[in-house]
Amino acid sequence: MLEQIEGSAAVARAVACCRPEVIAAYPISPQTHIVEGLSDMVRTGELDPCEYLMVESEFAAMSACIGASAAGARAYTATASQGLLYMAEALYNASGLGLPIVMTLANRAIGAPINIWNDHSDSMSQRDSGWIQLYATSNQEAADLHVQAFRLAEELALPVMVCMDGFILTHAYEEVDVPGQEQVDEFLPPFEPGLALDPDAPVTIGSLVGPEAFTEVKYLMHAKQMQALDAIPTIAAEFAEAFGRESGGLLSHYRTDDAETVVVALGSVLGTIAETVDELRDEGVKIGAVGVKCFRPYPLEEVRAALAAAERIVVIEKAFAVGAGGIVGQNVRLALSGLRSRVHDVVAGLGGRPITKQSLRGLFDDVFADRLEVGKLHFLDLKRDVVERELARSRPSPGPHAERILRDLGIVAARSH
Amino acid sequence: MPEQRIKHYQTGTFVVGNRLLDPDQRSVQARTERSNSLTSGHRACQGCGEALGARYALDAAMRATGGRVIAANATGCLEVFSTPFPESSWQLPWLHSLFGNAPAVASGMAAALRAKGRDDVRVVGQAGDGGTVDIGFACLSGMFERNDDVLFICYDNEAYMNTGVQRSGATPPAARTANTKAIGPEPGNAFGQGKNVPLIAMAHEIPYVATATVAEPRDLEAKVERAMELRGARYIHVFVPCPLGWGSRSRDTIRVARLVKESGLFPVFEAERGEVTAVSKIRRRVPVTEYLKLQRRYAHLFGEHPRTDIIDRLQAAADRNIERFGLLADPDDAASMPGEATDLAGLGPEDDASPEHAGEETNVMRLLSETHGGPR
Repeated sequence: MLEQIEGSAAVARAVACCRPEVIAAYPISPQTHIVEGLSDMVRTGELDPCEYLMVESEFAAMSACIGASAAGARAYTATASQGLLYMAEALYNASGLGLPIVMTLANRAIGAPINIWNDHSDSMSQRDSGWIQLYATSNQEAADLHVQAFRLAEELALPVMVCMDGFILTHAYEEVDVPGQEQVDEFLPPFEPGLALDPDAPVTIGSLVGPEAFTEVKYLMHAKQMQALDAIPTIAAEFAEAFGRESGGLLSHYRTDDAETVVVALGSVLGTIAETVDELRDEGVKIGAVGVKCFRPYPLEEVRAALAAAERIVVIEKAFAVGAGGIVGQNVRLALSGLRSRVHDVVAGLGGRPITKQSLRGLFDDVFADRLEVGKLHFLDLKRDVVERELARSRPSPGPHAERILRDLGIVAARSH
Repeated sequence: MPEQRIKHYQTGTFVVGNRLLDPDQRSVQARTERSNSLTSGHRACQGCGEALGARYALDAAMRATGGRVIAANATGCLEVFSTPFPESSWQLPWLHSLFGNAPAVASGMAAALRAKGRDDVRVVGQAGDGGTVDIGFACLSGMFERNDDVLFICYDNEAYMNTGVQRSGATPPAARTANTKAIGPEPGNAFGQGKNVPLIAMAHEIPYVATATVAEPRDLEAKVERAMELRGARYIHVFVPCPLGWGSRSRDTIRVARLVKESGLFPVFEAERGEVTAVSKIRRRVPVTEYLKLQRRYAHLFGEHPRTDIIDRLQAAADRNIERFGLLADPDDAASMPGEATDLAGLGPEDDASPEHAGEETNVMRLLSETHGGPR
């Protein structure tokens, strides 16, 4: 049943329908509404049996999930930004131990400078942590992906991170058909751990592994994650059958047939991109969009197949590797190796800067007119005068760029001297 | 086997031999049905106090729960020497996750068991001093504050032994470690404010806090058993000598652990809900030098130019513990400390068998009752 609901509330209810037995979370914006909602449901008994641990840090949140999962419980947490970094060590541990923990990541920028708004620098920083990474385009998809994530995690014994754009999705009210308990119960069987801490069958988990077997263990981690490339479409298809709507999968394709230009992106910005594509299509421009719904494992073959026919590819990504360039862009180029397509890396939406249709139109106009240099990292809506003034300042004074720029813009009046 | 009348202490150790006790008083370790939670074949150094402590504590926890224990272990010596893949010395369900998260992992396990209605299975978390008082401290305090149903045991060998003997927050003043060498005007570790985690645990007013040493296994076992009678957060801090890191002889592990208590440097006590409920009295008070001289990490305090100033400060710390915790059976004893042994280097166990503490039948029972059956 469709209802007008906040994204976080929809996710909280979808997660509750998955019957997590242990939730351990620490507050960080913009994830808070999700775990507040779950806390309410545990308190009222709506979600029972479930233990909600109010831990002292994100590191403890993930660690408690590790303990709970190893003891055979379905475990869930949610975080964002700095919180994800603070649990980084435990993320690698959870994936290395093959624990099917599910986490919501309310994507938010990483400081400094501190910033609470959306981009993908948090999830991208942990792309190699061994977690499966799914990206939601809408709140409907965010809710649905959690139901699929528990299935996927438990089938493969791997942790899954469901990424949804902070504020843009988490705090947006829109129509969502929240999965119902009966439907979810039918789709998601109870958690049967392959290996759990049990006094009746003692096992040692987390041994010291030396050079004689470490490579093999890591190979198997990779092999298992690659199996998700088969499991994700299967689960998405089963989900579509059971729930009557499409959600998840590896890639989404929007008007890509005959498209000469294809825009590649992750997450909620695909909505704005689709509208821009519609406008350009109305004008006769052959443009389409491909959404990467699953970034880890990386669906290399699928990306290649989706983009092989395009002349130009514009990758719009909300994070980048400082000193190197685009992250999604690099992965796209890898998929297209040997082909002659032109790939443009465009960083956009950092720290919550809106990605508007107008900006995208301007960008695409530049692309069509060959004004965008290939092989160079571009920043959408960059205030070029500001950065150039800062770069031009000869005084080699170490210190925070952010504060000097703010002063330059007249936002902060204080002077340091 | 016919019971023998208790005649005397076993030579030098102050520990009554199990074979002299009533069968129901014998230690868990003396029982054939002990679980051998940490079984033989592991790679601990000879004389490792931590291996002893873990074995005593977990076997006692297993006995108290009918074998229904799962354990969370921090990174460190105990983890490394017990689980070189593909071998494992653990005969109970055991998980190692990270260095700094064992208390939180244990909390998660306890939550899982609670959600599953498995109140028969109990959780023990364990770490060395680094994993407890330093890198794991936030998780430990969080677990205490939430009163999660976890017994956490710290095996304190007073430095980062696994990485090559570096200083931890539990390293005592003046002790030499790899990064507090015996060089410069203030040799060894600095005199800091200290980080007394048993007292910090008590400040959380959790159901149970205790300290123990591996010199008195029955005392340690009794404390673990008491801890397993209770629910909620419980903490036991076990003093475990490290021959490698301390430069003590492997055969002196028990002696060193005994002397730390007898000198007053390490008070052995129990507390419930933030109040001390029992202390193990000092049996034969010794000056701190008797303890220090057995360990090369303090060698710079002795020799040709002894640092009596530093030794005096350490003695003052011991005296303060004695005063603060009331560690003397008879406070009048405070003035009559026996003289310092002049040369401990050549002492073997037999040398402690002085007539002054032989044949004291009544004292044996009194001391036993103080350490094991004292006020709760």
